Amino acid sequence: MRLSGLQKEVVALYRHCLRESRKKPSNTRAHFENFARSEFKRNEAVDRRDFAAIEFLLRKGRRQLEVYSSPGIRDVR
Amino acid sequence: MAALRPSSRILGSSAIRTAMRPGAVFTRSMASVSETIPQEKSSNMKTFQIYRWNPDSPTEKPRMQSYTIDLNKTGPMVLDALVRIKNELDPSLTFRRSCREGICGSCAMNINGQNTLACLCRIPAESSSDVKLYPLPHTYVVKDLVPDLTHFYKQYKSIKPYLQRDDPAPDGKEYRQSKEDRKKLDGLYECILCACCSTSCPSYWWNSEEYLGPAILLQSYRWLADSRDQRKPERRANLENSMSLYRCHTILNCTRACPKGLNPGKAIAEIKKSMSLSA
Repeated sequence: MRLSGLQKEVVALYRHCLRESRKKPSNTRAHFENFARSEFKRNEAVDRRDFAAIEFLLRKGRRQLEVYSSPGIRDVR
Repeated sequence: MAALRPSSRILGSSAIRTAMRPGAVFTRSMASVSETIPQEKSSNMKTFQIYRWNPDSPTEKPRMQSYTIDLNKTGPMVLDALVRIKNELDPSLTFRRSCREGICGSCAMNINGQNTLACLCRIPAESSSDVKLYPLPHTYVVKDLVPDLTHFYKQYKSIKPYLQRDDPAPDGKEYRQSKEDRKKLDGLYECILCACCSTSCPSYWWNSEEYLGPAILLQSYRWLADSRDQRKPERRANLENSMSLYRCHTILNCTRACPKGLNPGKAIAEIKKSMSLSA
């Protein structure tokens, strides 16, 4: 399936989240992966043509990723 | 009110005259008098149309919501009206506010098409039209009237807005400045970074990623004009590219918008002048 530019950005963000989780301690890594997954699942129903909403969620996700990827954060519940 | 008073006096005198010869006219003048009295005490309703958008439901489109309040029971400024709406009509309305006297720059928003501080903007009482409130234009919205100024603050950080010196103070305590040198900072140091000017600049709308915008350039000039700063060549070198400074096309929306009455357009012109003279 050919992905649109926006879809590629979403996938890239998800991959980035998983890659950042890999840097976390091995015993809490699954928590980070689950957290990222549930955040994406939560907005799965957003219409693919609703650009404004998707762009907002992307911006929000990137901001969250920036915060969570700091090495001071070791666990997420 | 002043316009009503003479006419009601005329009506009153005609009422006395018609009282001499009773008839249908008497009742009519009574009716018109009773019409004018409640008008003087009547409520002065005003409708505010406010931009609403909630990030918790991102698929919902932004909308305008109307609130009608009585101006006789409200303070004179738009911020007073907002606080009253939040207290009495809709606690979910979101906006930034802090000092309520134009010192903090928190309540910057677009009021009837003009960027200003809500705390310094009077509610237009003369016109009966609605007041329209939007967040600052061309900013990402956090919620309702709250704009995301992260990028704006990042740009402010990038110009190093602090005194940079290599040698210590001669008396070991403070860096002194002549009165003339201090005067050069007047009209620059008063800026409260409310972002009204930057978000009114079309050039900043289209190039906000790279163009610094009037507010940041005014601050940049504040440090270029400071006699105590010793890194001026470095500061100028950082602006020496086509984007940071030269996207200013002297549109001067910034000067029109500034709620503190400063002149960012002139500061940018001064930077351009000093760049061309020093190069």
